[in-house]
Formats: sequence, C-alpha cells, structure tokens
Amino acid sequence: MAEPTSTPPAEIKAVRGYSIPGEGSSVKISICTVIGLLALWWVATHMGWIKDLFLPTPERIAKSFVDATKGDIQGGKPLTEHFYWSLLRVFAAFLLAVVTAVPVGVAMGVSRVFRGLFDPPIEFYRPLPPLAYLPLIVIWFGIEETAKIILIYLACFAPLAMAARAGVKSVTIEQINAAYSLGANKWQVIRYVVIPAAMPEILTGMRIAVGFGWTTLVAAEMVAATAGLGQMVLNASNFLRTDVVIMGIVVIGVVAYLFDLLMRRVEIWAVPWKGRM
Amino acid sequence: MSQLSIRGLSVRYAGDAGAAASQVLALAEVNLDIEPGGFVVALGASGCGKTTLLNCIAGFMRPSTGQILLDGKPITGPGAERGVVFQKHALMPWLSVVDNVAFGPQMQGMSKADRQALARDKLKLVGLETHAAKPVYQLSGGQQQRVGIARALAADPAVLLMDEPLGALDALTRETIQELILDLWHRTQKIIFFITHSVEEALFLATELVVMTPGPGRIAQRIPLDFGKRYTECRDARAIKSSADFIAMRERVLSMIHAPKDDHG
Repeated sequence: MAEPTSTPPAEIKAVRGYSIPGEGSSVKISICTVIGLLALWWVATHMGWIKDLFLPTPERIAKSFVDATKGDIQGGKPLTEHFYWSLLRVFAAFLLAVVTAVPVGVAMGVSRVFRGLFDPPIEFYRPLPPLAYLPLIVIWFGIEETAKIILIYLACFAPLAMAARAGVKSVTIEQINAAYSLGANKWQVIRYVVIPAAMPEILTGMRIAVGFGWTTLVAAEMVAATAGLGQMVLNASNFLRTDVVIMGIVVIGVVAYLFDLLMRRVEIWAVPWKGRM
Repeated sequence: MSQLSIRGLSVRYAGDAGAAASQVLALAEVNLDIEPGGFVVALGASGCGKTTLLNCIAGFMRPSTGQILLDGKPITGPGAERGVVFQKHALMPWLSVVDNVAFGPQMQGMSKADRQALARDKLKLVGLETHAAKPVYQLSGGQQQRVGIARALAADPAVLLMDEPLGALDALTRETIQELILDLWHRTQKIIFFITHSVEEALFLATELVVMTPGPGRIAQRIPLDFGKRYTECRDARAIKSSADFIAMRERVLSMIHAPKDDHG
C-alpha cells in the first residue's frame, strides 16, 4: 500500500464548484459594448450616415464639453455653475426628504393610525408624473427656487417613505421580544431595534430617491431657471446646438451613475450585515 | 432566590376571523410550581403548548385564564427579571458582540463604560471574551447562541427562559453548550425554564422534567431528576449519559411520549 503523499501532484486539474446560470463577472463584456457603441457613433458620423444636426461627431461633443467648462456657450455660464445649481437643488430636496420621509415611513410601519393617515395621500400622488403637478406647484409656490426644490422633494419623498415603511417589517419578532425582555420600553424598541433593522431598506430607498430626484431635475429646471444642467440642455435645444444637448445628457447620466456608486459605498459602510443574518 | 408559580393557565388562540371552529386550545389548566434554583425542562411533540407556556411566562402573550406569579407578583408583560434565550434570529446584527450583550444594561440607563465591563464579564462566562469586538454575523451558530445566553445573563434576571436554544445546532456543539448551561445554572442558582425536543437533552439538564402532551396542551407527567446535579459534581457528561439509569429513564420517557400518538392512529 502506498503512503498518501502530503503534496498532491501538480497534474491534478483544478475544477469549478457548482455553478448557477448567469454567474460570473460581466464587466469585460460591458466595456466592449461601450467601446463598440462609441466606435459605431464615430464611424456613422464620419462616414456621413447621419447629419451633423442630428448627431454630431464624438470630437464635437468633447469640444463642446471643454468650451462649456470655460463658459463658452449660450448664456455664458460655465458648466461648473450649471452643475453647482443642479447639485444644490437635488441635494437640498433630497436631504429634506430624508429627514421627513424616514420618520413618516417608520411611523407608518409601527403605527396603525399613522398608516391610515398617510397612506391615501402618498399612494395618490406617488404614481403621478412630476410634470403633471408641476403647473400646480408653480401656481402655489411661484417660479423661484422653492418651487423647484418642492418638486424634487416630492419625487424623493414617496420612495423613501415606502422603503422605510417596508424596512420596519424586516425586524424579527424575536429581536423585538428580546429587547422587551431585556427591559426596553416601546420607544427604546423603535429607536434601538426597529430603526436599525430597517436601515438596509432605508438606504436602498435613499438610492432610489436620489435617482428619482435627479430624473425630476430637468423638469424642475424647465421653470424659468437661469442656471442648471437641465436649463443648459433646454436652452441649447432652442438654438439647435445638438452637441451641447448631447454633452449635457452625458454629464447628467455620468453624475447619476456616480451618485449610485457613492450610495452603494455608503450601503457597504453603514449596513455591512445586510443579507448576512 | 425566586419562585415561579403557574396557576390554572389556559390559552385559547383566536383563529382566522375569530371563527369559533378555528380556535385552538393550546393550553388547558396548567399548574406548575418552580422552586428556587429549579431547572425545569418542558419536553413534548410539536403543538403540545410548550412554547405558548414559555411565551406566557415571558409576558409576550396574555393567557385566556389563570395567572403566573413570580415571587407572589402576577406577570403582566415582558420584563428584565425574566431573561429569554431564543432559538435564533434574536441578536442585533448592527451591534458588535459586546454591544449585543450590553443591550439590556444600556436600556436600563447604565453608563457605557460600566455596561461594557459587565458585558465583557458575561462574555468571559460563556468563553467568548476574545470575540467581543467582532460583528455577530461573523460568529458560528454555536457562538451566536453563547452571545444570546450572555446577553440574557447581563440583565441579571431571576428566571432564564430558553426556547429550544440548541435546536438549530449540530450535535457536538449542542453537547458543549448543554454543559455550559449546567455550569452557569450551578454558579448563578437562577430558575431556568427550558424547552426542547430532545429527550436526552431534557434528561441531562432537568431537575424536574415536565412531559407535555398535545390536543389540548397539558402536563402529562412531572419527573424529578438529578443527572444535571450529578454533572456539576463529577463533570463527566459521557459517563452520565451512558449510565444504566440514564438509559432506562430515556426509554421510559420515550415510551411516554409515543404512547398517546397510537391512540390517534
């Protein structure tokens, strides 16, 4: 009988464990897709398949980006100023929504009375497109910053309140009972057990809400804004500056993507236990 | 030293939409006295009402009739003098191990330094002092149950209620934690009310075994035992569990649990 060797011979092939459909990283394929689309764009514009008015060349877009950062566009404001105003509006509205929608959502989750009070108004306005009630907001609050922030605020509020309300359900009855039998009162249970347990869903809600807010931004900036990314795009379209329009769209998209990456980081940092217990 | 007494306890669960036909009588006229330092283990098949009984003692639910007295005072709701160890899902994953254990003292307003010191003390009792700073989700199932026990002890309850705390653990871990629980019981002299499905576990731990039968849930038999006490003296679990009287008692209890099932076919 041969002794079992301590080091297995090198010719043993490593095998994969079980696999499920769709597993593995798709990043490389996604990078190829992006490069492919850019190449198609370049070829289509340089071969003259599409008129410059409808789709300028990638270089033109890059140039309009550089020009815009110097303020060399209609209105004369540099891109950074547009960007600053847009960011200010979205974040002011978002922060306002966080400090109001989260308490409302938690109250709806833990109290029959609050659920009864807030359910009808939220469920009514939630599916409305912000553009549908924009005129009413203008009549009520005018065309200044207040109206814009309220519009974005309303867009952020509903998903956040819904997420907080659903998050309350993720606390287990054992956790609540354990807290009670450790001497906690009802408020302590809400403060130290229910709200922390709801945090993963609240953060997901924040991620969705930032997205909603950013989406509503362009609509908000249609109302007599003098600065902002949405205003910049709309203004450029009036002058048929397709290059600025596309550049603006790309900037809005990239910023939204960066928001989402940031929120994912915040999630990993704030709720590392998510999905692990 | 505390005393727990259960007087004429009945629980009828309201069924769907309150229909009388769907109501279930979970406990019928249960009487039980637990003396100071008693380790009572409730054993029985699913549906015999043992968890209902524990929930009533913990104060998580109100009985339909009857009452439970702790040192003469009726129980009306959950309280820190009755600590509970659950089967699972009861730790707070957003807190570290030591903060989980310190949760009870924190709720009662103890200062951070004091409660951390207390929690570390309790972690030492369950052999987890080196894991204090870890997040709880990094612990194994057995370690998480140890944290649950330390957390219940940190509030210094008069009574420890354990609802199948070892039910989800593997057999080896189960045996070590049984020994740990006996050791803690021997040291603290607290009343323990313990629920299990395992006959061997029940016999090993109990000073009094309460065999319960379903439909409606009631106490079929009460058996005084001393295997747990013997363990605290000789520290040899294998010798006790393989002794002739342990095996004879196991067969007796098993036949007791299986007998009523034959009547129902």
